[in-house]
Amino acid sequence: MSVKIFKINEELKEYMPQEIVDLEEKATWGNPKRGVMDLPYAKELVEEHSLCAGCPESAAFRYILASLPNPEDTIIVNSTGCTSLVFPHIALHTVHPLFGNQNAVASGIKRVLEWRFPDKVKDVVVIAGDGATIDIGLDCTLQSFFRQEKITTICFDNEVYANTGGQDSGATPKGMEFKMAPGGKQWDKVPMWQLAIDSGCHYVARLTVSSPKKVEQVVKKAIYVAREVGPTYIHLYTPCILEIGLNADQGLWEMRQRDKERFKFFEYMSDEAKEVIKKKKEEGLL
Amino acid sequence: MAKLGPSGYSPYPVAVTEGVLTPPPGKALMFNEIVDEETAMREAAKAMLTRENPTIFPGPQVLYAWNEEAKKKAKLIKEMAEVLGAKIIPMYDYRPKYPKIDPEKEINPNHPNLTIWHNKIKACIFIGVHCHYANVALKIIRAETDCFTIAMCSLAGHEDAMITLRDQHAEDLEKFIRIAKEVKKELGK
Ligand SMILES: Cc1ncc(C[n+]2csc(CCOP(=O)(O)OP(=O)(O)O)c2C)c(N)n1
Ligand code: SF4
Ligand SMILES: [Mg+2]
Repeated sequence: MSVKIFKINEELKEYMPQEIVDLEEKATWGNPKRGVMDLPYAKELVEEHSLCAGCPESAAFRYILASLPNPEDTIIVNSTGCTSLVFPHIALHTVHPLFGNQNAVASGIKRVLEWRFPDKVKDVVVIAGDGATIDIGLDCTLQSFFRQEKITTICFDNEVYANTGGQDSGATPKGMEFKMAPGGKQWDKVPMWQLAIDSGCHYVARLTVSSPKKVEQVVKKAIYVAREVGPTYIHLYTPCILEIGLNADQGLWEMRQRDKERFKFFEYMSDEAKEVIKKKKEEGLL
Repeated sequence: MAKLGPSGYSPYPVAVTEGVLTPPPGKALMFNEIVDEETAMREAAKAMLTRENPTIFPGPQVLYAWNEEAKKKAKLIKEMAEVLGAKIIPMYDYRPKYPKIDPEKEINPNHPNLTIWHNKIKACIFIGVHCHYANVALKIIRAETDCFTIAMCSLAGHEDAMITLRDQHAEDLEKFIRIAKEVKKELGK
């Protein structure tokens, strides 16, 4: 994709709705320093969403999309789940593969883009739920790490298969009950961030989305490291307020509680990743 | 396409099952007949000049300035609208829109009939809409409405439109505008 895609022909501009004119005039393109601080001023790349009111996944979306260093040349690969209903609303190229296959599809896209556009930086970012990443799709997720694919994987962990009404997933903590898992989860939560490190990811972060600035930092680091070194993984806690019985205004509160315990901020960098991050800091991009 | 809608829905691509295919290069398709491009252009102009609320639906390939051809076509589409006395309603992208579209200002390939119904459009031109979305939209329009659809396609054309002009580039648009002006004069408009 190119920024030209958003440039409207002058002759036909008067017929375009304001939101599309704003995408050309007020969204942040071609500026790797863009970030969550632009949110109150710039046109966002997600217009509306179809998540439950107050769903923290919507906050995660806004922060991630505001932080992509190269949105005009970013391809997002998603998967079925609550988030998949949002992708048609975002103003970037997205690909919706079969549930669980997202990291395999992203690997192929990244390789083809490198071959087709050798002189251009194209980022491939996977955004998928915990069911897709850690459960049904775990094979594809890990294989892409083993193969050292230069992609970033972001998991929206709400600790449940939310979109299908509440079954437990690999990411559900032991003992937790859901509508369709009334006996409680029998096994421990899969420590996906640790599996990611052991499987060859060069940058790994685990956090909640309670702090927009923190989300921006990890997204940028993960994308820069993926570009130059290899796979990176971000594990975000985006609680399903509907399934755990919270009100629309309680998502942030829930995340702040978990900030202190099982989603305490955690970050890992390989030596090569540290080099990249140091360089990007010197360039003023982090 | 054999006849004007509303044809109702068919599980099969409507025009193809009726034996209607896109025209060969250099020719155009008018209903279920292969005709000369000029004949089709005259009829297209006539439909736009005589039917109620004629509207041009430009798609992303002409709305955005992504290459020189697109810039030229945008100018010509504006001129075409003036000559035909047509409205312009853009199909600026293909994202499904929630909770709903504003049918006065936009047309969406997922439910193009809403815009046609709302504005009581009886003739329209699709131009610069990517083929797969033009195909879907034209089928829905024919299934649900009595709108006379004209596809000005830069590739092979669309058998689901009532008139299909294929390989339409800037010079072909100029030719169409010239013909539309003649037809307009003949109609005393
Ligand atoms: C191949 C395939 N298997 C199963 C499903 C059914 N399915 C749809 S959404 C979903 C749950 C998604 O859970 P998760 O990835 O955690 O995302 P969430 O909805 O929780 O955000 C499942 C299993 C599907 N769409 N495709
Ligand atoms: S079901 Fe849960 S995860 Fe899905 S949109 Fe609603 S609150 Fe968010
Ligand atoms: Mg989930």
